[in-house]
Amino acid sequence: MPNNDSQYLLDFEKPLVELEQKLDEMRTLDANNLSIDLSEEIAALESRVKELERSIYQNLTRWQRVQIARHPLRPYTQDFIDALTEDFVELHGDRAYGDDRAIVGGFASFKGAQHGYADQTVLVLGHQKGRDTKERKFRRFGMPNPEGYRKALRLMKLAAKFNKPVITLLDTPGAFPGLEAEQRGQAEAIARNLFEMAQLPVPIVVVVIGEGASGGALGIGVGDRMLMLENAWYSVISPESCSSILWRSWDYKEEAARALKLTAPDLVEVGVVDEIVPEPTGGAHRDPEQLFTTTGQAIAQVLHDLQALSVPDLLDARLRNLDQMGIFDEAPANPSVAAPTS
Amino acid sequence: MSWFKRKKKGILTELSEQNDMPEGQWVKCPGCSAILNRRELEENFLVCPKCGHHFNLSSQRYFNLLFDEEAYERHDEHLTSRDPLHFEDRKPYTQRLEAARKKTSRNEAVQSATGTINGLPLSVAVMDFSFIGGSMGSVVGEILARSVKRAYTEDRALMIISQSGGARMMEGALSLMQMAKTSAHLTRLADKGLPYLSYMCNPTTGGVTASFAMLGDINMAEPDALIGFAGPRVIRETIGQDLPEGFQKSEFLLEHGFLDLIVDRRNLQEEVGRLLGLLMA
Repeated sequence: MPNNDSQYLLDFEKPLVELEQKLDEMRTLDANNLSIDLSEEIAALESRVKELERSIYQNLTRWQRVQIARHPLRPYTQDFIDALTEDFVELHGDRAYGDDRAIVGGFASFKGAQHGYADQTVLVLGHQKGRDTKERKFRRFGMPNPEGYRKALRLMKLAAKFNKPVITLLDTPGAFPGLEAEQRGQAEAIARNLFEMAQLPVPIVVVVIGEGASGGALGIGVGDRMLMLENAWYSVISPESCSSILWRSWDYKEEAARALKLTAPDLVEVGVVDEIVPEPTGGAHRDPEQLFTTTGQAIAQVLHDLQALSVPDLLDARLRNLDQMGIFDEAPANPSVAAPTS
Repeated sequence: MSWFKRKKKGILTELSEQNDMPEGQWVKCPGCSAILNRRELEENFLVCPKCGHHFNLSSQRYFNLLFDEEAYERHDEHLTSRDPLHFEDRKPYTQRLEAARKKTSRNEAVQSATGTINGLPLSVAVMDFSFIGGSMGSVVGEILARSVKRAYTEDRALMIISQSGGARMMEGALSLMQMAKTSAHLTRLADKGLPYLSYMCNPTTGGVTASFAMLGDINMAEPDALIGFAGPRVIRETIGQDLPEGFQKSEFLLEHGFLDLIVDRRNLQEEVGRLLGLLMA
């Protein structure tokens, strides 16, 4: 259900939520007062709400989608795990340095039966953000340190060992740019995951549920199918950082969001994303239950398709798919041989 | 017999190769401020004879330095970047590309070649920082992927010489996916038991470090190179304090276990030859 607490409202959501509040009041009044019939007024208001919804959400700018993807009430990884699985057992630690709270993961029973397939054990993991100040700090804003990526890799290798498919949920503003992260090899940790995920002998389904920034997202984001929620964003850099580098100012984040073409429809067009998971009108936070059903359905279908493939076919298709990433021009080849120049 | 016989072939290359150094007969070393004679510097593989500072070296010079008899075959020069996102910041991406092509006389930020080193077959790709910061977009990723493919289909060792600010912003998520693409091809090279040597130059950061550059069987770097994931400025702003001396330099990475070797460019041919001799014999 929509949460009407105004501290959680985005600017462009306000008129809609105000109208919805008015509608709620009128409904209460109508129900409590038998002598007045407000049904006509209510119907009129309902259609105005629908219309306003359509006019706001059909023409979202890229920056508005980024805001929806960062909405403080948006479902996070743990919410998806709770809704889509049963018997989740969270596993901790990279066995080398520590446990990173910005990534959670473990085995669980994926509720496929709800969607016409069988329930099955999966390894599910994802970036985890926090809801309040304390938890945000505890989760490092969903920005992993190297041990987070190494924990993820350890768990994925366990999944391969027990022949269980992997579901990864992406929701990070980036890998943590800290001094210790560099000391412990942030770059190496991410690189190692790209290499190992490219050859992990079980199906990997990647779902961008919120923010997907840079190597920090990709570090758990290599797989067989890439799903993306309608209002999530995914790119090589956040709009803010892009603005600060290319415009030398933090003020051009809206322009940067537009230039980066970071929305789900944009990414389908350039072949990076396979499937868009539709969100409830107004964004995932306005009806999480509906979102979980749609997402669960999409994942169940993809798992079913991937599990029909033999391991060599799965890995060949994964490499082929990654190999065709990129758009460029190729003139007729004209190899030149450099001979000794004496 | 001429008085001015070149001692080493291929050292003096066309002017377009020299864009990373100021014109003129004398060059000031940014490392120790010594005034150096250009000819002497070039005979020294563009390493300052006084302090060991490594000036940028072009792909052609690297090829000449590494391959036997300075003989090699270039590849993939016919690939050019498009502007798939119609990206525009203060300048359109197409203009940035055009300017970079003009400045470097190259089509893109990486060049590839095959040849032999001490008779052993080798596929080499060299990145070029002077082309949009050596950044990796679709073409760079494709050329690197083809270099890896050429190695595993032709039974060659692979060497990638990195010098890059990371993934190219102007191609958005497509640039990001080049990290996965290049890394995925490296798994096939590993399956065939062929060695991959990564040599990181100043600077190597972002998505390049966080993909193929850190995945060498042997990770090497030139001395005093900046190597990391996040840039020093971003880290400074995040933690709100100054970074320790030498942070993210080659020596720092060696100490923290992310490099096997720091190799002076003057010894690079010898070191690579020795390693491949040991591994491929």
